[in-house]
Amino acid sequence: MRFSHKHLLGIEPLAPHEITMILDLAERYVDLNRGHAKHGDALTGLTQINMFFENSTRTQASFELAGMRLGADVMNMSMQASSIKKGETLIDTALTLNAMHPDLLVVRHPHSGAVDLLAQKVNCAVLNAGDGRHEHPTQALLDALTIRRAKGRLHRLSVAICGDIAHSRVARSNILLLGKMENRVKLIGPPTLMPSGIAEFGVEVYQDMAEGLQDVDVVMMLRLQKERMDGGFIPSEREYYHRYGLDAQKLAHAKPDAIVMHPGPMNRGVEIDGTIADDINRSVIQEQVEMGVAVRMAAMDILARNLRATPQEVMA
Amino acid sequence: MTTLLCNARLIDPEAGTDCLGAVLLDGAKISAVLTDVSEIEGAKARAAQTLDCGGKCLAPGIVDLGVKVCEPGERHKESFGSAGLAAAAGGVTTIITRPDTLPAIDTPETLEFIRRRANEAAPVHVLPMAALTKGRQGREMTEIGFLLDAGAVAFSDCDHVVRDTKVLSRALTYARSLGALVVGHPQEPTLSAGAAVTSGKFASLRGLPAVSPMAERMGMDRDIALLEMTGARYHADQITTARALPALDRARKNGLDITAGASIHHLTLNELDVADYRTFFKLKPPLRSEDDRLAVVEALASGLIDTLSSMHTPQDEESKRLPYEEAASGAVGLETLLPAALRLVHAGHLDLPALFRALSLNPAKRLGLPCGRLSKGAPADLVVFDPDTPFIMDRYTLRSKSRNTPFDGQRMQGRILATYVSGQQVYGRE
Repeated sequence: MRFSHKHLLGIEPLAPHEITMILDLAERYVDLNRGHAKHGDALTGLTQINMFFENSTRTQASFELAGMRLGADVMNMSMQASSIKKGETLIDTALTLNAMHPDLLVVRHPHSGAVDLLAQKVNCAVLNAGDGRHEHPTQALLDALTIRRAKGRLHRLSVAICGDIAHSRVARSNILLLGKMENRVKLIGPPTLMPSGIAEFGVEVYQDMAEGLQDVDVVMMLRLQKERMDGGFIPSEREYYHRYGLDAQKLAHAKPDAIVMHPGPMNRGVEIDGTIADDINRSVIQEQVEMGVAVRMAAMDILARNLRATPQEVMA
Repeated sequence: MTTLLCNARLIDPEAGTDCLGAVLLDGAKISAVLTDVSEIEGAKARAAQTLDCGGKCLAPGIVDLGVKVCEPGERHKESFGSAGLAAAAGGVTTIITRPDTLPAIDTPETLEFIRRRANEAAPVHVLPMAALTKGRQGREMTEIGFLLDAGAVAFSDCDHVVRDTKVLSRALTYARSLGALVVGHPQEPTLSAGAAVTSGKFASLRGLPAVSPMAERMGMDRDIALLEMTGARYHADQITTARALPALDRARKNGLDITAGASIHHLTLNELDVADYRTFFKLKPPLRSEDDRLAVVEALASGLIDTLSSMHTPQDEESKRLPYEEAASGAVGLETLLPAALRLVHAGHLDLPALFRALSLNPAKRLGLPCGRLSKGAPADLVVFDPDTPFIMDRYTLRSKSRNTPFDGQRMQGRILATYVSGQQVYGRE
């Protein structure tokens, strides 16, 4: 089995066996990360550049650590402060970086499709660390790994994704991934925060938490993306919390062993009750962060293998 | 001097006929349209020059309503010279220019400049539209009377919808008193603010800001209500959705002076063509669903939509090579209008006379121009084309300074062989 992509731009182009391949490799890196000597050599000699055109702490730290643990030379570029402010176009920035011969480029950008555009212009492997409202593939992969470890499988599960679906790239990547792995996906949220055409995605849509959470195995909460909203999607945070915030009462509709997930950063008291987020029997939020490093190590390792292989081998 | 164009399939949009014959040109006018063999033989003997069209199609030249030539302001994107050459190569004999330039064409002085530049540089007829409000800002109407005297053929703020309904109602009332045609852009501007694609599954998958197709109907409904109030002459620049059509139909049946157009890109492409964020497919309004496309094609065939134009909008590489949301909207279309429109004929949606009704006759009629007809006394503005020759579109062969065509690399069918403006050949394919 081969991973037949040069870049990791989204979940959309991946085949189910490719998703499994990344997760299986990530399992091995979980063990490595829990050991004493947290060091591999899969990326030795390679240069990894993290380009974040949008603020990020956790994702950038996760990618940085993943690269360093596999022996890559890692450089962080905060694009907010750099030449982009001086009017340089994305493509010129990409070409400039390309001339420095990086091997792995990790990119986050506020506009959907910007990472695809950049990937067309560079020779190295590009990993999408989130583009606009489009995709955030490594987040979906780390969520999948967390679910698989907690539930023992990644198929025939009932998964609820709750909250601000419209502005969420995490939701898009998760809907695609969970669908490809043959799970039942339920979306719960106010209709103003549902993307258009959502009924054609092969998911069930609910506007009521109690109804939507009925007998689910996994509850995935999303952050209310206040910075992406241009006003007027919900009447107020307190009404939102009342109707869609996850508390013990609403969670009681899910299966007794249902797990609670959140991609972070959390708005406690807006979309999730603090006591649930901290409940070690239900919440796997810390585990998600741990899986994030392992999944990113696996993804970069697999792309690096393809970099070394000839094009014919990659496509075979 | 007389020239006889013989052995041609004459596409007459007025009569709705498509038959073999000849056209006799005398100077800048058509002096006879002949279908009788003995008459043609007689004309051959008398004509100073006889050209055999080899059985190819001969139709009245296209009148393209709504072309952006980027003078003044952005001559690096398109000049009158380059747009004129592109038009000639595309069988477009009259360009109706848009006023959405920098600065906007909103005074008689800038309009004079346009007319002078166009006459110097372009081999085809160029007739300018002027802005409806100063600076296309939607606050104060322009000097509609002076602009009419200076040669403006219609008034439009293009994609800047006049938000203030009171301002628009006054402008329409004033325009009506002078008999001026107002070209509107039916769109509810606050609903469509910031949108890059049409809402739906595709928009959500790509994570792009989207507008409901309903915004067009809402804009249409408002403008129609204002027409009822003011009685103005109105043309909707582009109808792109099925939902706007019933309103148009009712307005027409209620006797309002309203016509509507469609753009070639919305008739031949749909939202899925955007694929992986291809910015050459970013248009305003955005490409629609296949159902909408088919509904608009049907409306064009039935005559509910009157005109078909290129909505030629040149954009340079820099403004297109950006993330989709940030990239500029619009596509060039002067040279690809006819080959693309022939797709509708080859697909069986409409016949050639019906196509030229939308491309030539109807826009000319709406603007009160004598061209767009294949009849005695009409201007000798003609296009000779072969509707069947296949080719693959290569954008680097375009004559426009900007080459942002969505048809790059696509298979097309139909070539323009020659274009005549006022009896003079301005384009001939080798």
